[in-house]
Amino acid sequence: MFISSQSSAPSFRDFTLVMPAVAVGNVGQLAVDLIVSTLNMSRVGHIHTDCLIPMAGNNPYASSKEDGEELHTPAEVYAAAELKLAVLQIRAPILQSKTKKFRQLLVSWIKSSGFSRAVVLSSSHAYQRDDQQLQGTPLRYLVTPSLLKGSADALKELGWREMERVPAFPGLTDGNTEPRLSIPGGGITKEFYTDSCKEDLPLAVLLLFCSEGDNIPDAFALANHLNDWLHLLDDNSKQPNKWKIPTSWSLLFGNGIPPALF
Amino acid sequence: MATFFGEVLSVYSRAVEEDDDELDENEEDEQIRRELEEKREVHLHWSPEVSESLKSGNKLQCSDFVLAVGQNASSFLSVHILSTANWDTIGRVSAWNERSRAVTGQSCEESACVFYRHKNNPTVLICQVSCYVAEDQLFQWTEKVFDCLQHRELNVTVLSDTSVADYKTADYLGGSSAPFLRSLHTSAFGDQPVCQSLEQPNIVTGLAAAVLNHCQVHRIAAVVYQCYSDVIGPDSVTMETYKPVLTKLGRSIQLDPSPSTDALRKFVRTTDLQSNLYI
Repeated sequence: MFISSQSSAPSFRDFTLVMPAVAVGNVGQLAVDLIVSTLNMSRVGHIHTDCLIPMAGNNPYASSKEDGEELHTPAEVYAAAELKLAVLQIRAPILQSKTKKFRQLLVSWIKSSGFSRAVVLSSSHAYQRDDQQLQGTPLRYLVTPSLLKGSADALKELGWREMERVPAFPGLTDGNTEPRLSIPGGGITKEFYTDSCKEDLPLAVLLLFCSEGDNIPDAFALANHLNDWLHLLDDNSKQPNKWKIPTSWSLLFGNGIPPALF
Repeated sequence: MATFFGEVLSVYSRAVEEDDDELDENEEDEQIRRELEEKREVHLHWSPEVSESLKSGNKLQCSDFVLAVGQNASSFLSVHILSTANWDTIGRVSAWNERSRAVTGQSCEESACVFYRHKNNPTVLICQVSCYVAEDQLFQWTEKVFDCLQHRELNVTVLSDTSVADYKTADYLGGSSAPFLRSLHTSAFGDQPVCQSLEQPNIVTGLAAAVLNHCQVHRIAAVVYQCYSDVIGPDSVTMETYKPVLTKLGRSIQLDPSPSTDALRKFVRTTDLQSNLYI
């Protein structure tokens, strides 16, 4: 459940929530890191739950020695009141047996907090694209009917591509198999989207097709894509480096090299 | 995924496991799942006296709670603190998981996770954990234990063993620097840790992390001293790395700052039969 880290509980009424899905390449989580780091958002609370594997570390967004020694937990909420933006960052895998419980927790928290809309940043296995998905942009979106009512025009203007429904058994011409939504490697994305449709939550999913590897460029792509819609950064220049990389993004591929190796 | 040579490789993601669509479970599957969950539940077993005092929602008065996670941390406490023989065993935790060994006679869990209370100062509690607590049991372990302790002015110290292979640093660590200590503390912790703070991008996982999460969220003063060692198993040099912590613990607990080598030897197996492979 949500526990405030300040003296009083923050209000999220009419805020936009951005959250990642733990998915292939951790792209959603990396993109969220960029948002929190660039907008210098402050932590307002924790999601304290048994659904995530415990981990702890010092402040991943530390900019100086003073704020470096602040403990951070696997699921935290950051807020930027002037932008009416709240961000949930998830830093640990969801326990396999607790995925349903975690989705229910999120749905009920989003509902009770009064968010005007929620956006899930996610990703999907690039190698499982079908022929039509291989062409063009790797970015896709999904919206629940509830959010479509308010945002249909904005989405049309952006010219985004909706996530296609794919046949369950490609190649089989059996008339019974209807195309259905499939987000392989997306973690809880698909089920969370269908839950949100059922619960009438205004939810959008932004995802991109990627593979495991150096996913930093993917994170930038997803963050920029989100920014095109929500205009989180008021820097209108098309520079790719308007996002600030957090200090925790170091040594992503291992330690320094032992000099004796050469 | 197909490679250029035409072979098909399975692709694994470091973030997500293979998707398993939630299939309709029949009653039998449900029952098996429930039974497995029950078997994996964490159970606290207190001594009769403590159980009595915990009845009707009372909590154990506790000013200092020292938790040792791992063999070296546990042995360090045994040698320097528990050896003074002023401690009562007041309880244990049992948590069955895939790594629990089924031992006939006395169950392995009996000695794997034990609580001690100081005879003269009953607000000081020590817990040694030398068994494996699975990822899905960590939260439960922490909640159940801390539910029994009163939180006001509680100070928690955790000593935790880990491998230096998990330590990320830009400068290559020569063999001489391990073992060493790093600390991590909650916002409510007002004291000064005895060693350097854990640098980015390192993190703490396991029971130490679960305890830190709980204490951070419930505003309890807690500090974790993580010992990075290049030796797997009990080792006297690794144990001695925790020594600076004695200065802090010694304020509220009577301890033995210089134990005899015999005491140390009891806890360190110098030659393991199975490790004769690399003499």
